Amino acid sequence: MSDAKPLPVVDYLKLPDDGDPYLEGQKCSNCDAIYLGERTVCSKCGARDTIEAVKLSNQGKLYVYSIVYRSFPGIEVPYISAIVDLDGGGTVKGNLINVDPAPENIEFDMPVEVVYRDALGRKDKDGNSYLSYFFQPISSKLGTS
Amino acid sequence: MSDVYVVGVDMIKFGRFPERTVPDLGAEAALMALDDCGLTIQDMEALYCGNLGQASGMVGQRLLQQIGQTGMPVVNCANACATGATAFREAWTSIKAGLYDLTLAVGVEQMGKGLLGGGGGGSGIPKEGLLGSGTMPAVFAEAGQEHARQYGTTFEQFAKVSVKNHHHSTMNPKAMYQIETPLDTVMNSEMISYPNTKLMCSVNVDGSAAAVLASEKKVKELGLMSRAVKVRASVLTSDPWQERDLVMPDVNSCTRNAAAAAYEMAGIGPEDIDLVELHDCFATAEILHYENLGLCGDGEAGRMIDDGEVALGGRIPVNVSGGLLSKGHPLGATGIANIYEVSTHLRGEAGGRQVEGARFGMTHVIGLGSACGIHILEKVA
Repeated sequence: MSDAKPLPVVDYLKLPDDGDPYLEGQKCSNCDAIYLGERTVCSKCGARDTIEAVKLSNQGKLYVYSIVYRSFPGIEVPYISAIVDLDGGGTVKGNLINVDPAPENIEFDMPVEVVYRDALGRKDKDGNSYLSYFFQPISSKLGTS
Repeated sequence: MSDVYVVGVDMIKFGRFPERTVPDLGAEAALMALDDCGLTIQDMEALYCGNLGQASGMVGQRLLQQIGQTGMPVVNCANACATGATAFREAWTSIKAGLYDLTLAVGVEQMGKGLLGGGGGGSGIPKEGLLGSGTMPAVFAEAGQEHARQYGTTFEQFAKVSVKNHHHSTMNPKAMYQIETPLDTVMNSEMISYPNTKLMCSVNVDGSAAAVLASEKKVKELGLMSRAVKVRASVLTSDPWQERDLVMPDVNSCTRNAAAAAYEMAGIGPEDIDLVELHDCFATAEILHYENLGLCGDGEAGRMIDDGEVALGGRIPVNVSGGLLSKGHPLGATGIANIYEVSTHLRGEAGGRQVEGARFGMTHVIGLGSACGIHILEKVA
């Protein structure tokens, strides 16, 4: 590993110098809507300058998923595309890992945690590594990082 | 405001025509629609042209350069999979506004094969397969899974949609495919994004469709009322804010809002509708829209498909054309092809797939992002 710090895969994944990575939401103080990514206007209520950064939970529940068998060239399949409602608010999409990708192994509302790993070895054109986030079942004995 | 009628409408047989051009395909449908009502391009006062793939390419004007440069105003429009319906609605709106008496709406698309959606976007590294999937089969699988988590809808029930629509298309010579696909064939075809198998994904095809719209005064003046179809409602909505918007496109709310507005505009209810062409871009999606369009109560869509209520001969036949699943889905043409299908039934000219005694029909499209277009048409003569 090089000493270079990886870059965040999306701008709402925060990598503080002095702490663990986390997902950041942008919350409207007027109507409590939560967004991913910085913005100045709330598209739910239309309020301006009411958006504040909040730290999102690393735990949540699986809302829905699809098991993807056909993707674009070079993308390893199968994988589970998952939409997770985080405890305390915020909905995030990502890969559900450490589960055998078959419907009988996946339950709606199963508790999951957000884990932070290298972005499957993907690098940008300048050779930079990236840190991504994934979901895994909380009960899983696998995939300890 | 004048009532507005469809007096001429047609579509080409959907297929793959890589040797042709987009304006060429659009021009063919335009001439077919004009021939359908015995009018000429010189009679048209404005053209509304829907196309997605060449949205900046002045397709409408290039089309007229093939069939008649009259100098009429041309509006090119793009609205994802609601593009054709949007073009049709603009043609309707301009007559409603009293600007014109005769307008032409064309929808056209040249597609090629392959997966849609999931395009990289943004900086850094590709996110597909890293942060879930943005491919259309996965996005609509997840939308269907929302119904499954609420009501226990099964893979088999989703698959039955595809069996039905492929069966319907065997009676539609203009559909891309005329092939029966039994349930085990659908369920055992290649899994693309669970629970959507390959046969539960719409077919990417090239296609075009066109409609000639007229004010009531002009329909009477031209003596075209006998085959005219009345536009009883035209509605376009966008997606209202939803909690999961940013990661999960909501195809339900915009459809529900559009359906409510369309029924109100037409002064009828879902119980009056005799057939529906709705946006079955994936088999999972069709199930959602039975409820979104009020064809049944919430949670009853699975039963609807199990009981055959939405098949030809059932209580409310859905996608008797074969739908996007088998007729094919040339994005910008789909909305007007739906108008063609419903109009053909209201005219009693649908041959083997005719919905007997049809008086009211509904068309519905969803453009992800999102736009929903709904039209309600009524038999006149």
